[in-house]
Amino acid sequence: MFPEAASTFAGEVDTLYFVWIAVSLFFSVLIAAFIIFFFMKYRRREWYQYGNQAEVKTLPLEITWSVIPLIITLAMFAWGAKVFFDLSRPPVDADAYYAVGKQWMWKFQHPEGVREINDLHVPVGRPIQLTMTSEDVIHSFYVPAFRVKKDVLPGRYTTVWFEATQPGRYHLFCAEYCGTEHSRMIGSVYALSPEDYESWLATGVAGPTLQASGEELFEQFACATCHQVGDGASVDATRLARGPALRGLFGTEVALASGRTVTADESYIRQSILNPQADIVAGWQPIMPTFKGQVTAEQVNALVDFIKSLDGEPAGVPGLGEDLREGAVPALQAATDSVDELEGNRPDAG
Amino acid sequence: MTTHAAAAPGSNYLTNGFSLKSWLLTKDHKRIAILYMISITVFFVLGGLFAFVVRLELLTPAGDLMEADTYNRMFTMHGVVMIFFFLIPSIPAVLGNFLVPIMIGAKDLAFPKINLASWYLYNIAGVITLAAIAMGGVDTGWTFYTPFSTTYANGYVVLTVVGLFINGFSSIFTGLNFIVSIHRMRAPGLTWFRLPLFIWGHYATSLVIMLGTPVIAITLALLAAERALHLGIFDPALGGDPILFQHLFWFYSHPAVYIMILPSMGVISEIISAFTRKKIFGYHFVAFASIAIAILGFLVWGHHLFVSGQSIYAGLVFSVLSMLVGVPSAVKVFNWMATLYQGSISRQTPMLYALGFIGLFTIGGLTGVMLATIGLDVHVHDTYFVVAHFHYIMVGGAIMGYLGGIHFWWPKMTGRLYPNFWSKLSAGLVFVGFNLTFFPQFILGYLGMPRRYWSYPDEMQVLNVLSTAGATILGVGYAMPLFYLLWSLKGGRVADDNPWGAYGLEWETSSPPPTENFLHDPVVTGGPYDYAELERKRG
Ligand code: HEM
Ligand SMILES: [Cu+2]
Repeated sequence: MFPEAASTFAGEVDTLYFVWIAVSLFFSVLIAAFIIFFFMKYRRREWYQYGNQAEVKTLPLEITWSVIPLIITLAMFAWGAKVFFDLSRPPVDADAYYAVGKQWMWKFQHPEGVREINDLHVPVGRPIQLTMTSEDVIHSFYVPAFRVKKDVLPGRYTTVWFEATQPGRYHLFCAEYCGTEHSRMIGSVYALSPEDYESWLATGVAGPTLQASGEELFEQFACATCHQVGDGASVDATRLARGPALRGLFGTEVALASGRTVTADESYIRQSILNPQADIVAGWQPIMPTFKGQVTAEQVNALVDFIKSLDGEPAGVPGLGEDLREGAVPALQAATDSVDELEGNRPDAG
Repeated sequence: MTTHAAAAPGSNYLTNGFSLKSWLLTKDHKRIAILYMISITVFFVLGGLFAFVVRLELLTPAGDLMEADTYNRMFTMHGVVMIFFFLIPSIPAVLGNFLVPIMIGAKDLAFPKINLASWYLYNIAGVITLAAIAMGGVDTGWTFYTPFSTTYANGYVVLTVVGLFINGFSSIFTGLNFIVSIHRMRAPGLTWFRLPLFIWGHYATSLVIMLGTPVIAITLALLAAERALHLGIFDPALGGDPILFQHLFWFYSHPAVYIMILPSMGVISEIISAFTRKKIFGYHFVAFASIAIAILGFLVWGHHLFVSGQSIYAGLVFSVLSMLVGVPSAVKVFNWMATLYQGSISRQTPMLYALGFIGLFTIGGLTGVMLATIGLDVHVHDTYFVVAHFHYIMVGGAIMGYLGGIHFWWPKMTGRLYPNFWSKLSAGLVFVGFNLTFFPQFILGYLGMPRRYWSYPDEMQVLNVLSTAGATILGVGYAMPLFYLLWSLKGGRVADDNPWGAYGLEWETSSPPPTENFLHDPVVTGGPYDYAELERKRG
């Protein structure tokens, strides 16, 4: 009746479910009992027999049996909302894992850099947050034993978190239909005791951490020709920059040329790499080329993780603000060759 | 209550012309209803066969009966055919077409030619969709989620979508016809609160059809355009938004659920009243609840997106609104139950279907409210729990209503009665088979079996076997009426005008009715379900 319960939410969800079952059983049995009783008691005995046509006051009864379900419903809603809040809000110290869904496999990367396909090893007793994206269609990350599920979208990041409580091996399913091998897009989550997890890590071939590979990619794609990530040694460097500085960017509000303001989260950074023309930062020219097709979803993850790691003051300038960015425009224009070249940078040109 | 006279023997809508042309070019709503019944039955059988293949594959955990691709096409075509070609049109197009004009005392619907056109559109749409199936089918699921459907699916997506687009017009024509007829063509004296609940149900449904169908039509057109021309509306690789599709899709498709269920609730109200010979308890509430459910039904689509990454607060709002829809539904159940109290309860087949409906609808509705409880839905979303829930509502609800209605009005439509024993047996098999098929799926879903799986973990087999066994019984139950109803056309006892002793305009004309429905225009002087008056008259 109940699947294994192996996460901190599982108990909560099961209790909610159990109470709902009890309420449902109560009402179903009540209704069924009345119907069967009436069916027996008021059976028509002669063809010409009629029901009792006495006029009855229906309103008091109707109010009663509207208000009772209404109260039960609202109470259950409040409880469900509380469970949902717990499910949706990861603790701040959660360990950051990444997942990429792809027809038809799951690719995972640990904070320590270890990569896995279709299997995910996690330590028991630690909150784990997965940041997920898809390379093709919509998938959905589902571990029944943990009672968690979240869609995995192409072109966006979603997150899911859980804390395993019982060591063991659990089903990992793709719950959103994704084509031919949808039912084979399965794997296992291994919850290990912290010691076992450490020794598992030790045997694994740990690659570079996400952040490290991000830094490498940042160089490889020569992002630094436009974006400063230095420790802010010189203001001049920023003046010459052709693009906004990235240090301290993550999590801040960014004013866009369109007049909107967006939060620099994972999706925004990803979008800026793959489709830079979509959201131009106020005060900058739309010269950044798209890297779509050149970077894989995992490489984007690495870049995002690297940029996330750049905390501290924006490069060079105490309180780098609008003024300075606008100041950067003339320098920028000097540095830019021609409008034609800009056109060539549009992702949809050619 | 009315002035009327029986038709002259031998002259009714069935005997008024026997040529094929007199049927294919008919503008008589009753003949069109019969034409619809034939087409819809063909699609029901087809959809049922697909379902059976799906259940057969799931008998064993390994996907060993057919290829994964074949399986994916089977459940997609099962869904597409059942939803768009059976559940949505069934009651309105067959029972509604036949009865709405008669119940409001009119000679026909407001636009008879449009009514005939809607049947042709339905069939053209059906043939296009069947062509897509015959050429190899579609593998997107009936929900057509992007970007799978626009970029990755290997099947005849565009052709299928064209079929559904055309089918939408057929729905809209029917809805339009009902709304205008109910507003303009009621018999003298037939005020709004003297209307049968069947009419209220169809009126509410028609509102949903008129407001919702254009949205799905545009959504499907955009989908086809995107797939053919790569416009970048829904595909993030082209700059589009896949979640936008889900919003547009469910904005229609959740209310579509009410297109399926509201007419059925109308049928159930008629049957319960007739087979207890009582006025429905709380007639006004039941009438208003139909309208309330129709309107609220447009505000809950987001419960299909709880785990899609939509904001927490949007999720909470959709959660509470969805749960609130449960309240008027629950009250309707209580009203039907209270109607039985001190009724004169007849145990004829239509009543068995109606009581079966209440049972299945109650379970479907309660599990619907459970799903709307957002913290719980995260776990069971897109699992067999959802599959069980929507079958209890749509299949348990809409099909019990459809079959109950067919059995109730069969003597009116054909002038013949069907055999009691066989019809009661089939109602029993349907009820038992249904529960055996779908109840285990609630447990499977809570255990975590995702929907649309062609193979599954070994430990889930027992429940799947039960479900397939149930489906076999259910199939037999559904097939039986096909035989005994056809047989009754020749061998059944001849029905008189009011074989159940029921109240309502349709029972005051002959069985089957004459082409113009009544020989004298009816005038209504009493309220709905006025069994007290019938009783006085009979003495
Ligand atoms: C009245 C008749 C109803 C019908 C015909 C119906 C039908 C459906 C269908 C077809 C789905 C599955 C969607 C999919 O393909 O994923 C579904 C899901 C759902 N239904 Fe209903 N439903 C009805 C009533 C209700 C009610 C009254 C509620 C809430 C009070 C409700 C709440 C839900 C929820 C929350 C889901 C989403 C579950 C999920 O996808 O995880 N339904 N319903
Ligand atoms: Cu998938």
